[in-house]
Amino acid sequence: MNILVCISKTPDTTAKIAFTEGNTKFDENGVQWIINPYDEWYSLVRAIEIKEKDPTTNIHLITVGGPEAEPIIRKALALGGDEAIRVNSNSNDSYVIAQQIAAIAKQGSYDLIMTGKETIDYNSACIGSMLSAILDLPYVSLANHLEVNGNTATIQREIEGGEETNEVILPMIISCQKGMAEQRIPNMRGIMAARTKPLKVVEPIATNAHTSIKEFSLPPAKTGVKLIAPDQMDELVKLLKEEAKVI
Amino acid sequence: MVLIYIDHSEKEIKKSSHEAIFYGAAIAKQLGCSAEALILGTVNDDLTALGKLGASKVHQLNNESLNSFDAKVHASLIATAASNLNAEVIVFAHNINGKAIAPAVAVKLDAGIVTGACSLPNLQNGFEVTKTVFSGKAFANIKIETPKKVIAINQNSFGIQNYESSATIVELNIPIPAASVKVTHVNKINGEIPLTEANLVVSGGRGLKGPENWGILLDLAKALGAATACSRPVSDTDWRPHHEHVGQTGIQIAPNLYIAIGISGAIQHLAGVNRSKTIVVINKDPEAPFFKAADYGVVGDAFEVVPAFTAAILKMKHNE
Repeated sequence: MNILVCISKTPDTTAKIAFTEGNTKFDENGVQWIINPYDEWYSLVRAIEIKEKDPTTNIHLITVGGPEAEPIIRKALALGGDEAIRVNSNSNDSYVIAQQIAAIAKQGSYDLIMTGKETIDYNSACIGSMLSAILDLPYVSLANHLEVNGNTATIQREIEGGEETNEVILPMIISCQKGMAEQRIPNMRGIMAARTKPLKVVEPIATNAHTSIKEFSLPPAKTGVKLIAPDQMDELVKLLKEEAKVI
Repeated sequence: MVLIYIDHSEKEIKKSSHEAIFYGAAIAKQLGCSAEALILGTVNDDLTALGKLGASKVHQLNNESLNSFDAKVHASLIATAASNLNAEVIVFAHNINGKAIAPAVAVKLDAGIVTGACSLPNLQNGFEVTKTVFSGKAFANIKIETPKKVIAINQNSFGIQNYESSATIVELNIPIPAASVKVTHVNKINGEIPLTEANLVVSGGRGLKGPENWGILLDLAKALGAATACSRPVSDTDWRPHHEHVGQTGIQIAPNLYIAIGISGAIQHLAGVNRSKTIVVINKDPEAPFFKAADYGVVGDAFEVVPAFTAAILKMKHNE
């Protein structure tokens, strides 16, 4: 089986969020970069688990980003990807990114294309759905369980207030979230092996962005907490009812 | 025309779709055009009543098979309907199914998309929509550069009012493509309020010390009619199910009221809840960072404060 795992570079979850150049760019000063947690913990690790059961599986990684994305993709190789492709483009338009991934996907015969449920920076949750439209493939999102049997995938996906089991004939696209797999730490052997695994750099295909970011802003700070004594719960209820008007 | 997609489950229109209709109708007012809704499948709701939310027509593809969600089939039908009806703006709720299909519809229509929108478009310099980014820690104004636009509106970010109006129902006739997904099992936890749809949420952290202590939190949630949630360490140690985990790597929510019990308020947790309208923090540590993000705080032992809080709520409800 051939799996394509989409990998995105995001700021560390504890990164300070600030902006520069008149609030038009994310301030990367001092920011630690990580593999987007949903891509790494759930999608990539589940692909590795599938390969551990069926060693004939190939795991290809793809990232759309500049040379600064290479440490991230090397880490993903160290965890267990077989080879990687970096499309040399720094777009932050989901449509452009999806087009780049689709162009690569069309060249391989992938049974499964896996993404995280969203990136933790732009939170757009667009890539999997867009890929399904461009490649005309079935799509199941927010999956927390995946089993592959022959050419059938059995997937559990989140629905409001529960879960639903889906059966899909491969090839397909799936977006992964918590529950799918457990976070792993690359071991020394993996890190050494990753140095010599193939990492191909390709130039992007020409495509027009559909959107552009005009300005970032930060939410207004809270005006300050109103403290209520532990023995004044009637007062808290009154405030929630009459002042905040939420109950 | 602004076309709003109506999502439904178990024959009932989702709350987030009501909000999406009201939001779409407000965009239609800005643009001086009509707001019309689109529903695939059948529901028990009275569709003419969607006029109250601002929809002048409801286009319905009346086929039971569409009650089961198939992202590929649904996206294809919505894109065809939007093209046939010549919709300029297509609005979705940024909920579970909306996330699965809105971007595919945008690709099919060659439309730019903003997901996680939290405001009406600004039309002064083209068409700009504000969305939440960095898991709720910031906002971005995104300009959509294409003639057609797709917007997925964050849940609980726009609110709802009612007009005195009713919608007309128009039957759609579009051939339905072959299914790509077979739904073999649905497991809904009955009687539980889905977290993403909840107005009120009660959430617990490690301060509660163990799963056996969750009773006081569940009692509070029951008294309020609230959904329950938890912090990441609590779900990681399986004290509570994974689907209750709110935070940067869990679910992001924006209820009217979020009550955090024994949660210190790490930056990753705040990212998932800081769009809540009102935040109440109950923690025995006065230095807990969550107090800085709270509207109301109680410094005290959860095992005493929470039952007293529950009793006060029941007393208030009894007196109503």
